[in-house]
Amino acid sequence: MKRTLLLALSLVVCANNAGAMDRKTLTIASEGASPPWNAITPQGELAGFDIDVGRDLCRRMKFECTFVPQDWDGIIPALTVGKFDAIMSGMAITEKRKKSIAFSKPYAGGFNQVVIRKDLNLPPTDTLAELDLTTIDPEKQAKIEELRAALNGRTLGVLRSSNSEAVLNELFGKVATIRSYDSQDNMHLDLVAERIDGGLADYFTWKAFLDSTDGGIATLYGPRLSGGLWGPGVGVGLRQDDGELVAAFDSAIEAATSDGTLKRLSEQWFKIDVSPQTSN
Amino acid sequence: MSMTIALEAFLTLPRGLLLTLVLTFASLAAGFAVSVPLAFLRASSNPWASAPVLAYTYAFRGTPLLVQLFLIYYGIGQLPLVRQSFLWAVMREPFWCAFIAFTLNSAAHTTEVLRGGIQAVPRGQIEAAKALGLSRFHTARLIVFPLTLRIALPAYANEVVGMLKASSLASTITLLEVTGLARQLVSETFAPYEVFIAAGAFYLLLTLLITQGFQMLETRWTPTANRPPPAQPVPRRANGKPPLASAET
Repeated sequence: MKRTLLLALSLVVCANNAGAMDRKTLTIASEGASPPWNAITPQGELAGFDIDVGRDLCRRMKFECTFVPQDWDGIIPALTVGKFDAIMSGMAITEKRKKSIAFSKPYAGGFNQVVIRKDLNLPPTDTLAELDLTTIDPEKQAKIEELRAALNGRTLGVLRSSNSEAVLNELFGKVATIRSYDSQDNMHLDLVAERIDGGLADYFTWKAFLDSTDGGIATLYGPRLSGGLWGPGVGVGLRQDDGELVAAFDSAIEAATSDGTLKRLSEQWFKIDVSPQTSN
Repeated sequence: MSMTIALEAFLTLPRGLLLTLVLTFASLAAGFAVSVPLAFLRASSNPWASAPVLAYTYAFRGTPLLVQLFLIYYGIGQLPLVRQSFLWAVMREPFWCAFIAFTLNSAAHTTEVLRGGIQAVPRGQIEAAKALGLSRFHTARLIVFPLTLRIALPAYANEVVGMLKASSLASTITLLEVTGLARQLVSETFAPYEVFIAAGAFYLLLTLLITQGFQMLETRWTPTANRPPPAQPVPRRANGKPPLASAET
C-alpha cells in the first residue's frame, strides 16, 4: 500500500517535471496600473504596451501565454516562488533586482520625470532637457542642485518599491518629505487632493495622468531623468534558474527589434519611439 | 533565510513601533470615550435612542476597516467642499485620517461590547440601587458602569488586540508604522520571509503583553467571592491516598 502510494507520488512529480521541461504555456504578470505600459480595461483585462509586446514575443517563441495582474509590491517575490513565469510590467533592469531575478535584453527604453502642481508657481524649467544619471559631472550636479532648491520643503510622492523611490530618496530625501504609495493611482489621487506637491515616476505613466481631466492641475518639471539606478531600460523579469527562457526571450526581442515591431508598438502606445535601438 | 536581512529587520522595525502604539492606543482611548454614552443609548429600551446607534455600529462593524480607511482618506480628499474648509488641515494628514477611521471603527465595536455588559448587569443590583434612592445617573455611574466593565473585560481585551493588528492597515495610506516599514524593507531587499517574520514577531510580542495585562486586570477586578480558589498542593496521607474532603472538616 505504502509502495503504491510512493509510486503514484513519484509519477505525479515526474509528470510535473516533464511539464516544466517542454513547457508550451507561460504565465506573465503585469501590474496593470501604469498606463500606457500596462492597465486594466473596464472589462477587467490587462492591456497596454507590455501586454502587446508580450503577445508578440510569445507568438515568436511559440508559447501559449496568459497574462495575470499582480501588485507591484510583491511582484518579484511572487515570481521567485513560481506564481508565474515572467514579469512584463515596465520593469527597469537594475543591478539590485538582478540579485533576485534574471532579465532579458531591454525591450524598451524610456525616462522618468518629476511632476509638480501648477499652483505652486515654481520657476520654469526646460522639461525637454535630458539628464543621464549614470555618471555625474559638475554641470549635471549644478542642474540637480537647481532642482533640489526648487523642491526644498515640498512633499513628494513615489511608487513604493520602484527605482524612482530610490532615486527620489537619493536626490531629494534631505530637502523634501517623501511619501511612498502602493499604487500610482493612489498617488494621483493624493496629488489631486493636494496632499502632496508632486512626485517622481516614469514619464509615460505621468503622461496618461497629465492628459486626463484630473491631471490638468499638474505639469512636468525639470529635465528627463534616466540611467543610474534606472539601468539600461525595461526588460522581461525571469527566474534565475530559467536560463533557457532568458535566451528564448532575448532572441525574440532581437527579432522584434530588427523587424520594427517594437518601434511600431512603441509609437502606437507612447506616440514616440522608445524601442531599444533609439534609447541606447 | 538570510540572517543578515533578518537582523536588519529586527533593527529597522522598532522605528515603526512608536507609531503603531500611538495609532492603536490613541484610537482605542478615543473610541472608548465615544462608546460609553453610545452603549447606554444602545442599551436603552427607547427605540429613538437605540436605533441610530445600532445603525452606526451595524455599518462600521459590517464593513471592512480597509474600505472605511480608503473612504475617509482617498474619498473625502475628493470633495472640494472639504478641501476648502478648515477640516482639511486635519484631513490632509494621513495620520489623522487613520486615527479617525480607527476611532470610528473601534467605537462601534466597543459600543456593542459594553452594551452586552450593561444588559448583563443583574436586575437585582439595579433595584437595590433604586431602593437606596440613587438617581438614574448615579445608578449608571456607581453601579451599572463598574459592573459592566468587569463583565465586558474579556471581550474588550479582544478588541484591543484586534485594533493592534488592524493598525497595520495604516501602511496602505503611506504611514510607516511596523508594517509600513516592513513593506518598505521588503521592497529594498525582495526578501519577504525574513522581514515579515520579524514584523510578525513584534506584533506577537505586543499581543502577549496586552493579554497578560488584561489577565492581571481580570484577576484584580473579579469579586473575591466569585474568584476560583488558588491552586494548592494536595496533602497526602502516609498510605499515599489523598484525603477525603469530608473526613477532614
